[in-house]
Amino acid sequence: MNELVEIVGLTKAYDAKSIAVNNITLSLPKGKIIGLLGPNGSGKTTLIKMMNGLLTPTSGSIKINGRFVGPETKARVAYLPDRTYLAGGQNIKDILNYFADFYSDFSKEKAMEMLQSLNIDPDTKMKTLSKGTKEKVQLILVMSRNADLYILDEPIAGVDPAARDYILNTIINNYNPEATVLISTHLIGDVEKVLDEVIFMRYGQLVLYTSVDNIREQHGKSVDAYFREVFAC
Amino acid sequence: MAWELDSDRPIYAQLVERIQMEIVSGYYPPGGKLPSVRELASVAAVNPNTMQKALAELERSGLVMTQRTSGRTVTEDADKINSIRQKLADSHMITFLGKMKELGYTKKDVIDLVEKSYEGE
Repeated sequence: MNELVEIVGLTKAYDAKSIAVNNITLSLPKGKIIGLLGPNGSGKTTLIKMMNGLLTPTSGSIKINGRFVGPETKARVAYLPDRTYLAGGQNIKDILNYFADFYSDFSKEKAMEMLQSLNIDPDTKMKTLSKGTKEKVQLILVMSRNADLYILDEPIAGVDPAARDYILNTIINNYNPEATVLISTHLIGDVEKVLDEVIFMRYGQLVLYTSVDNIREQHGKSVDAYFREVFAC
Repeated sequence: MAWELDSDRPIYAQLVERIQMEIVSGYYPPGGKLPSVRELASVAAVNPNTMQKALAELERSGLVMTQRTSGRTVTEDADKINSIRQKLADSHMITFLGKMKELGYTKKDVIDLVEKSYEGE
């Protein structure tokens, strides 16, 4: 079995008028880096929250590693939410210890190494960090786990271009043929050369799921340019 | 330094071209060892799966061999490397002559220009 994630008929309706995710059926394989792309309000974050068990589907199902979303899948999924959740009063070292207690697959050494290469002092308190540095710390926490599935919701939006390159390199260098990385982002041009495949969403529906090189071969343009064409306003 | 890649052409095809060039130019000599997929992907700043696909393509063309235990090496077949060099030269020639034709150069004009350019070097 090569499928890591199996989504069948997944729907989330907040009320009768706002259907955030509309009948999505999708299988994601192991060992791929996949971009989740779509305009604002297309349902990306709702989909991600259901994969992490933070929202309950209205109908349909999600299985990860053959199991329905629950404590067993959460232990194998490393999730970077689209907003911060760490307490400002804690220093980074405390948070590393907290993560090490909480997740058996967390590597403190790996986290320290990444903090060092980004010149972040582990003794600083979260609330004194800039927005971009906070985002880097959270991404380091997520990438220091040895998970089956990494779900990154807008991981590079707030960081400078040099740090973006470092983060993408971290993703490539941590690449594990058994693990899949799902990245939701608007910065397509920056990430597309590290992606295998892309998912396009619009109005809660799946528009397209194909490989980056397929798009380039068939349309003779980058995923970024193709996205602008498909979703032109 | 990440490799310069065009954003409108398939990535794996560009990786194939780049490695071919490095083999033909002798950066990776005949029989020499290639870095691992992971190392190459990291240097190029591309997805390891895409690098894997590029190397598989080079294997199919016979330019690169897989050694059972020690990764990949460049072929020792000098004819093979020369024939790839010839192919690359042909394709550059076609592009070049096409452009010169557009500029209105005849065969003789082009030959004169080439000779002049070499003298000027």
